[in-house]
Amino acid sequence: MKPPRLNSQYIPLVATGVVLAVLYVTGGCLFPNFFSLRVLVNLFGGNAVLGVAAIGATFVILSGGIDLSVGAVIGFTSILIATLVEEHHVAPLLAISLALLLGTGFGAGMGALIQRFELPPFLVTLAGMFLARGLAFVVRPDNLGIHHPFYAEGINHSLALQLDSRVSWPFAATCFVALFLVALVLAHYTRLGRNIYALGGDETSARLMGLPVARTKIATYTIGGFCSALAGVVYTFTTQNGDPAACVGKELEAIAAVVIGGTLLSGGVGFVAGTGMGVLILGLIQTLITYQNLNSWWTVIVVGLLLLLFILLQNVVSALSGRLDNTARHG
Amino acid sequence: MASDASAPLLEIRGLTKSFPGVKALEGVDFTVRRGEVHALMGENGAGKSTLIKVLTGVYAPDGGTFRLGGAVIRPASTKEAEAVGISTVYQEVNLIPHLSVAENICLGRQPTRFGFVDWAGMTRRAVAALARVDLRIDVRRPLSSYSIAIQQLTALARALDVSARLLILDEPTSSLDAREVGELFQVLRKLRAEGLGIVMVTHFLDQVYAIADRITVLRDGRLVGEYETAKLPRMELVSRMVGRDWSAVAAAPRAVAGVGEPTGEVLLELRNFGRPGLVGPVDFSLRAGEVMGLAGLLGSGRTETARLIFGIERARTGEMRLGGRPIKVHSPRQAIREGLAFTSENRKLEGIIPHLSVRENIILALQAREGLLRPLPRARQLALADEFIQLLGISTPGPEQAVMNLSGGNQQKVLLARWLALQPRLLILDEPTRGIDVGAKAEIEKLVQSLRAKGLAILFISSELEEVVRGCRRVVVLRDRVQVGELTGPALTEEGILQTIAGASHAP
Repeated sequence: MKPPRLNSQYIPLVATGVVLAVLYVTGGCLFPNFFSLRVLVNLFGGNAVLGVAAIGATFVILSGGIDLSVGAVIGFTSILIATLVEEHHVAPLLAISLALLLGTGFGAGMGALIQRFELPPFLVTLAGMFLARGLAFVVRPDNLGIHHPFYAEGINHSLALQLDSRVSWPFAATCFVALFLVALVLAHYTRLGRNIYALGGDETSARLMGLPVARTKIATYTIGGFCSALAGVVYTFTTQNGDPAACVGKELEAIAAVVIGGTLLSGGVGFVAGTGMGVLILGLIQTLITYQNLNSWWTVIVVGLLLLLFILLQNVVSALSGRLDNTARHG
Repeated sequence: MASDASAPLLEIRGLTKSFPGVKALEGVDFTVRRGEVHALMGENGAGKSTLIKVLTGVYAPDGGTFRLGGAVIRPASTKEAEAVGISTVYQEVNLIPHLSVAENICLGRQPTRFGFVDWAGMTRRAVAALARVDLRIDVRRPLSSYSIAIQQLTALARALDVSARLLILDEPTSSLDAREVGELFQVLRKLRAEGLGIVMVTHFLDQVYAIADRITVLRDGRLVGEYETAKLPRMELVSRMVGRDWSAVAAAPRAVAGVGEPTGEVLLELRNFGRPGLVGPVDFSLRAGEVMGLAGLLGSGRTETARLIFGIERARTGEMRLGGRPIKVHSPRQAIREGLAFTSENRKLEGIIPHLSVRENIILALQAREGLLRPLPRARQLALADEFIQLLGISTPGPEQAVMNLSGGNQQKVLLARWLALQPRLLILDEPTRGIDVGAKAEIEKLVQSLRAKGLAILFISSELEEVVRGCRRVVVLRDRVQVGELTGPALTEEGILQTIAGASHAP
């Protein structure tokens, strides 16, 4: 028997974990109150929108696809909810349900186009991005605060968890964590989840293995659409606001979080847990730079460098594992 | 009916399938019994893969009936074929390399508990499935961490995991070494004893005679015949596959061998040259002003040898000498610098650029060698194009015609002109006459001889034995990716080549 060795697929995940730990400890060493509960809570609450979006992007990328419509759907969803609640006096829960339904259907529609007509996901979701952003401005051309008691009282107080006298765990963070847990189960413990991995690993093989490729592909973009819409809902929770221009480019940030989390952009390899860590890494960098009193553009630069580092790492890992496979074949 | 053990397991009658412009299968009958290994054989374009794809539900047939165990079936997808008991293992391992062995066996039919994938149950099931193919490995590791042989057995285990009655193996041994093939056959014998019907597509004659009970031969989409392996001598099998009537070949007057005595020095020398797993070892030498043939069945390693010489793949064993000097060719670029030229058998995919003009296609390689910073003057380009259009008799309205508008034979000439513009020392022609009409074939043959007379060394690869015998002074024969003989002088006849391919020791 061969000695057990670390499966090369886990290396990027481990690397992500190490980066996360190093960033957190560095912050703690540099700044006196970095290890406080408040920083931790803000990390989750402040990145809930990105987190929810990134989890959706994880499934799409695992399947070998891409979704560029995320940010636009967030904008559309947020302004739709705000307008419905504030101007048309629709019950907030009804408005939220409607927005989720529309976003999910939007994703399903893009998935159906990609599957049925074998169109490139990049172009279909790019068109989806323009469409959703345009529709957002049709709903209302400027932003609108939400003052309904459900938001002012419910989301901010009743649904938030009071951790101590000054810090409370926001409901948006709960949404993020709950979706994260559901996604973990979906990815690793359902046939759909495993089929998404297989689809991203090798579509031809998946088809020859008799897997439901068409259904899986559409389901993937449906999940993506749902997560984008949910990110829009979470956006209204954190900002108490709807904004047609919200979250421009959020999809790219989500993709960055997914890749930093160790998921291969080519599909088939990756972990939901990695995406969770990727989101926290992006959040930590932001926090550190704020603490350092640097211009916030530095965040973007650091994220860019980190992204580059991870892509190189993945390249090295896959080259290494490729070499191992070759020696196994010919050695 | 279904319980009648003597009735055939699979019965196909009058299967027809056309693609636009091509009749891939025409009225083919095919019968597989329970507990037999049935080899499906034929050269390129015979229709083997079409037959298999129809059988596994990838293509819909145009006509014909299918019976499995007496019941009429018409699978419309891989999944439906699996459901009635037809499982396939493809030549390329068609599994998901990044996922674990266990997942690859169980994907799409994982055991579940309360609707969620039961990983422990899946591991147990995978271990049990692999036990059927005598394999004990850690099923939780990714498939890609195992050798191709193990991946192949994993695919086999997956195929058996649905209660398969008919197992189709499409060239299962093409990436395995001898020991691994032995192990696979061990498993197949066991499955045969269990009553499974096994269809095997392969090019390896030794393997057919080692394991197959019966053989069905296809050629050009038609059924040539169905034979019992024990009663079909190798010579006869080979001649039926290549479509040369055996008695006619034997009776025909011997071709005049020894076309053109070589005039020049030894240019290319290969000693024990090869790459394990791909081809070799091969040993031969080639003089300037000589045409040497490379013969063998499809998949015997002809093209692979050419690719090694030209540096598309790197040789791992042995030595190559060019003009007496040992050389290691690392890339086609280097090969071109050394005066080598190679026209690929796949002229559409790897050679001609259809939207560019005749002129542009001809100067392509020359310009690449000169470098993009030193563009060839337009006058020179036109002069070159005109020269080759004349020299090779390319029939085109003019040098600016797009190559896609020319006939196959003329496209082949343009490709040839591209390489000749480099003034090579050694020209490798891989199936230069495939898919072109008879007249154009004769022209290409004539061209080869006139190039030889000009002192070029030519390595001529062709499936058409007539052509090889007519045009070459010597012929190296490959079988199962190994050189098995070199024929020259009076021994160089179609019969001699067929006998060498079949394995002279086993010949009748």
